[in-house]
Amino acid sequence: MSGKASSSELGTTAKMNRRRFLVATGAAGAGLSIGVIAPGVALAQADKGEVNAWVVINPDESVVIRIARSEMGQGTLTGLAQLVAEELECDWAKVGWEYPTPRENLARDRVWKNFATGGSRGIRESQQYVREGGAAARMMLVEAAAKRWQVDVQECRVDKGIIRHTSGKQLTYGEVASEAASLPPPLEVKLKDPKEWSIAGQPLKRLDTLDKLNGAQIYGADVQLPGMLNASVKACPVFGGKLISFDDTEVKKMPGVKGVFPLGDNAVAVVADTWWRANKAVKALEIDWDLGEGQSLNQTQINERLEEGLTAETKLVGNKQGDVAEGLAGAAKVIEATYSYPFLNHACLEPMNATARWTKDLCEVWCPTQNGEAAHAGAAQASGLPLAQVEVYKLHLGGGFGRRGAPDFVTQAVLLAKEFPGTPVKVLWSREEDMLQGFFHPVTKARVVGGLDKDGKLQAMHLRISGQSILAGILPHALRDGMDITTFQALLPEGDHSISYDIPNLLVDHAMRNTHIRPGFWRGVNVNPNAIYMESFIDELAHAAGTDPLEFRRSLMAENPLGWAVLKAAADKAGWHNRQKKGQHMGLAVCYAFGSYVAACAEVSVADGNRVKIERIVAATDPGYCVNPQQTEAQVEGSFVYGLSALLYGECTVTNGKIDQENFDTYPSLRMAQMPKVETIVMPSGGFWGGVGEPTIAVAAPAVLNAIFAATGKRLREVPLKHSDLQFV
Amino acid sequence: MSRLNVNGKHLDLEFDPDTPLLWVLREQAGLTGTKYGCGIAQCGACTVHIDGQPVRSCVFPATAVQPSQKIVTVEGLSEDVSHPVQQAWAELDVPQCGYCQSGMIMAASALLENNPEPSDDDIDVAITNICRCGTLQRVRQGIHRAAAIRKQGEQA
Repeated sequence: MSGKASSSELGTTAKMNRRRFLVATGAAGAGLSIGVIAPGVALAQADKGEVNAWVVINPDESVVIRIARSEMGQGTLTGLAQLVAEELECDWAKVGWEYPTPRENLARDRVWKNFATGGSRGIRESQQYVREGGAAARMMLVEAAAKRWQVDVQECRVDKGIIRHTSGKQLTYGEVASEAASLPPPLEVKLKDPKEWSIAGQPLKRLDTLDKLNGAQIYGADVQLPGMLNASVKACPVFGGKLISFDDTEVKKMPGVKGVFPLGDNAVAVVADTWWRANKAVKALEIDWDLGEGQSLNQTQINERLEEGLTAETKLVGNKQGDVAEGLAGAAKVIEATYSYPFLNHACLEPMNATARWTKDLCEVWCPTQNGEAAHAGAAQASGLPLAQVEVYKLHLGGGFGRRGAPDFVTQAVLLAKEFPGTPVKVLWSREEDMLQGFFHPVTKARVVGGLDKDGKLQAMHLRISGQSILAGILPHALRDGMDITTFQALLPEGDHSISYDIPNLLVDHAMRNTHIRPGFWRGVNVNPNAIYMESFIDELAHAAGTDPLEFRRSLMAENPLGWAVLKAAADKAGWHNRQKKGQHMGLAVCYAFGSYVAACAEVSVADGNRVKIERIVAATDPGYCVNPQQTEAQVEGSFVYGLSALLYGECTVTNGKIDQENFDTYPSLRMAQMPKVETIVMPSGGFWGGVGEPTIAVAAPAVLNAIFAATGKRLREVPLKHSDLQFV
Repeated sequence: MSRLNVNGKHLDLEFDPDTPLLWVLREQAGLTGTKYGCGIAQCGACTVHIDGQPVRSCVFPATAVQPSQKIVTVEGLSEDVSHPVQQAWAELDVPQCGYCQSGMIMAASALLENNPEPSDDDIDVAITNICRCGTLQRVRQGIHRAAAIRKQGEQA
């Protein structure tokens, strides 16, 4: 999939994408889809203008930048293109993009490296080599011009895709691209000092907006191919359960139904001419399940299991400083609190889907995926074909948030396509299926004990996490001595998820209590609960010490000047110091996560004792280098919607082993009326590359919780708050 | 065979009588700009206009639309992405993943037809669509901006 340079000027018609052909839709009779929309022609490398793997320059001067990571709304497509274009020194108005496929990556010795898009790593993990790709292409283009002129490259300068010699001669990139392509790549590449950036670092418009304004953007759910069939799937509603049998006698007689198929050992699919008919049929299907061991579990028992872990013995230690037992024993004042955080579904607005066409020689897949290479491997395994005979065309995702890293839906599409060789089959999950077959945010509780000395200084803290491990659930080989390091995100002694505070005697440990509910990486991951546990408790300690919460944090942040800087910036802009004079209720939170420093100051108001309105949030972010400030702002704004949806309403509970929430009526998302005003401070201090898509979610909830305490005197320690006696208006 | 007026064209389409308008638009008319998100009128991704009013097409039976009623989908809002809401959305880079935006844009454009200068409170009431990426702040700004663009257009 790709996009041509699209002028941000208003009124410009969204242009046809390079790798998409679209047969105009029109009226037709019978119930078959008629629009034919299929990305998947050869890469622009077929043109002669491929300067290197990252850059293609066409004779018309249009520039195609190859993007390996997936675009799911987070804006890295534009950000990565900015980084390449910056070093390439091309004309940004001429920049378009395309996705290489995972098969092409493999065939070219993984020249585009990692396709995985998660952990807020899209830019920070690939910035070095994509910038080098842009710089190398520029050097080759200049060299080609110098060769043609028979002059020294030192006498040539580049500006916006035009190469100029000191004599006044000039050539464009398009004129020398094919000559440049035949030159050997430079051995040494020098990157610009970010201080000199003029494309990167600028608040440029996204490259992929226009198609999203008139329905032209084709998501996986929208793919239509000639003769395509549609499938709706029902998997066992209890994780770990199996399919015993199904009775399709009546369903097979339903209009449009082409077949009913078991999928693996735990699911059934109905294939029909249209998806509406397939879904209606799958709902009518009588299925006999062996629900397995999971069916004996209810939420109450899961909660009890976690409560037991709060004080149980454990050897899983994430961070240890000094001697906590001694520190607490010698404390003048000891306080304790217990918090909890529920299962959550990602609830991407576009339900899981994939389209596949299988023949004995070739398997093609069209899908939204956060991990093109995992989708490729999954498709190959299901197809029975070698990787070289499997092509995965990535489409923009209708939300990802960590859910679309797994290829489970790809496997289903390929298995069904094998039942209809040569005929494409699209699998689209109903919302209900999507809600039940998630990779859920792990459920945890925490018990935190803190000791203050006689001057109100924090002497010791024991933070015990009890609950589910993501790695144990889905990547057990990644456990280290039985320990899941991700459990301790934002509480670790070092790395890009290190703790924000210096606490002389500290113990952070984990009592692993797993359940049959499949866990996964949910935007922000374990930073979400951990920041609530830490930042709520720090606020409780500040009040116990009789110290201003900002001042209390400052006293623990001497070794964390960048963390302090974002916290102070948010507090200052929000008017923290004058809040009491003005009768405002505010709460703070700070965190270091995904390599970035983030902080928030939330303001709430209360009417009639329990009607709470989240009025305003000031958020500060220091990602080191910022590639696109307006898109960083968009991620920060969006983080509050995702984070506050979870804080206020989000919760998946378990009855007889099955998730109770099957749609947005019981799993609400923050709506306009509850959306606070968000003011974002982007303050890149340089010198490092931090992520942007996830860290701010961590501070959304605790800042609001602390503001609620300031306003009501109530400590809310159980998420979501819909169970409290407060109403959110 | 039923006749529907979609984006100014008469379409003669065949579909099962219980098919929601959403699926007739997507699967029979081939207009995939209107999205499926929940199927129970909660998320608003399927919002279209019927005679100018916003309708959640995932629960609206296609047979309930009269041939004389005008259905407009996001594809038919303008010929060239020039509707004030589309202009404002482009100016402010409102979409993130974009999947909810067809519905947002249709809900916002219907609001402006009924209320050319909506207040924040009016927007809170009228825009109840779900956006999981969290574009709500820019959607609000976009509606105010579109109202201004619309007003300029009228004065010009």
